[in-house]
Amino acid sequence: MTALTHNETRKGEKAVDTEAAAKDAGRLKARRRSTSIWIGRIALAVAVVGGWQWFTTEGWVDKFFFGQPSEIWDSLVRLFTEGTAFGTIWENLGVTAQEAFLGFLLGTTVGVVLGILLGSNKYLSAVVGPYIRIVNSIPRIVLGSIFIVAFGLGVFPKILLAAVLVFFVVFFNAFQGVREVDQNLVANVRVLGASPYQVAMHVTIPSAMTWIIASLHTAFGFAIIGALVAEVLGAQKGIGLIISQAQGTFDPNTVFACMVIIAVVTLFAESLINMLEHRLLKWRPPNRSEAQAI
Amino acid sequence: MKTPHTARPPGLPHIAGEGARIEVTGLTKRYLTPKGETFTAIRDVSMTVEAGQFCSIVGPTGCGKSTTLAQVSGLEHPSAGSVKVGGNLVEGITNGVSYMFQADALFPWKSVLSNVMMGPILLGMPKREATDLARDWLRRVGLAGFEDRYPHQLSGGMRKRVAMAAALINNPRILLMDEPFGALDVQTKAIMQNELLKLWEELRPSVLFITHDLDEAVALSDRVVIMTSSPGSIKDVFDIDLPRPRGNVQEIRHEEQFLDLQGRIWESLKDEVTRAYALTAGAA
Repeated sequence: MTALTHNETRKGEKAVDTEAAAKDAGRLKARRRSTSIWIGRIALAVAVVGGWQWFTTEGWVDKFFFGQPSEIWDSLVRLFTEGTAFGTIWENLGVTAQEAFLGFLLGTTVGVVLGILLGSNKYLSAVVGPYIRIVNSIPRIVLGSIFIVAFGLGVFPKILLAAVLVFFVVFFNAFQGVREVDQNLVANVRVLGASPYQVAMHVTIPSAMTWIIASLHTAFGFAIIGALVAEVLGAQKGIGLIISQAQGTFDPNTVFACMVIIAVVTLFAESLINMLEHRLLKWRPPNRSEAQAI
Repeated sequence: MKTPHTARPPGLPHIAGEGARIEVTGLTKRYLTPKGETFTAIRDVSMTVEAGQFCSIVGPTGCGKSTTLAQVSGLEHPSAGSVKVGGNLVEGITNGVSYMFQADALFPWKSVLSNVMMGPILLGMPKREATDLARDWLRRVGLAGFEDRYPHQLSGGMRKRVAMAAALINNPRILLMDEPFGALDVQTKAIMQNELLKLWEELRPSVLFITHDLDEAVALSDRVVIMTSSPGSIKDVFDIDLPRPRGNVQEIRHEEQFLDLQGRIWESLKDEVTRAYALTAGAA
């Protein structure tokens, strides 16, 4: 009897032991994996930036045309310490960010509203659908010239161009999102006595939200592009203006420096959108958002 | 007044508690295909579900069972004929109806509790009362403690329970079930059938239950309606006089009376199934 219990506990201990060992081994493996990923990432960055620096120093690539990492860094420092001909870098960045952000808001709002409206109304979508496809196929970036001619060099035409670019991305996603709504779900709440407004609030909009939020990632990139291009076309302030000025004086390093600044801003906005996504879509099974992380 | 009022959950005075009689007369539904042709889904369907009765519709695939249900709920309008619920002609959404589908029509973005709460909330019940009622219903279907989970975190059987609570919380006069247990495994299915019967005995709504499973139809129902293949119409009606309460649906399957009824209904259904199969096989 005693022997048996003894034997059993020993067996139990052994099981716990191997399980703990397996856990440790698993943790070690995961840590090794993440270390090797980081080594790879850093090596890639060093190879690209270092190679660029090397090639331009050796003169195999002309740094007059293609810039040089160390000089890009210098001009970044200059932008932040000395500022530009159009005021400090912060002022200009503020203007561009503001244009992009307002354009993003405007485009998203209009895109979501119209997308949901057309998505839930078959007649309307059949009537307007072809025109939207036509407008979508024209190069909208050219509209920037028209906006600047019509509305001047101020902030407004930039917001408008950013909004136009954002609109189509968000619109198509919202439209598709509404189309993908589970019809059983709609039937279910309608039978329970939901008004069309309640159907929209409880079913259509939350369901389309997955699609809309997925589109916001690309949409913010488009907002920045819209604002920058409109500024390059004509502005009194903004990163785009600095870029076009640098282009005029054959200064690729400043152009690259501006690209770096904008990339940082976009990454920051992206992380905000990611946070929003996690908040709003926390009901989703985790495997789907993992696929999006790539 | 079949059920004592004490068995009913609290609240919702404006919903008629008793099951309502469903009268379907000469119901025909034609759909317009995108090419502009008409397709007759059901033709001249007439049937009656007595108040508080459990009625199953059995028929081959694509015979218009779901179409019939949609007309009763008022989600669609019949091309000809009429549906009366509790003596009132159905125009627009029928009052006091709940639907249950094969795919559990739960809101994936709402917690289990909020899912169950939807019914009373849509009827304008204050949030706190609705929460209490929903908690009570989750307890009744054996899901106390799962209030804050999301549907994707539950098993298929548990999701079915949530759907059942959500369908019954408004104490419907009519419960429309479109192959509700079709996607479940055999064991879970039997458990859910027992659960459904138990809750139905308490509330006694009129039930229209669509299924392909003849055993299921016989075990649960007071009446089994056989539909012909497309366009659907009523072929036969069988009254199931097995005593109530039925008890365990898995055990009743072995009783002689059950087997006898099941055999007779299968005789009627067999031809239709073969015919429908031949049609689809020919089309393919």
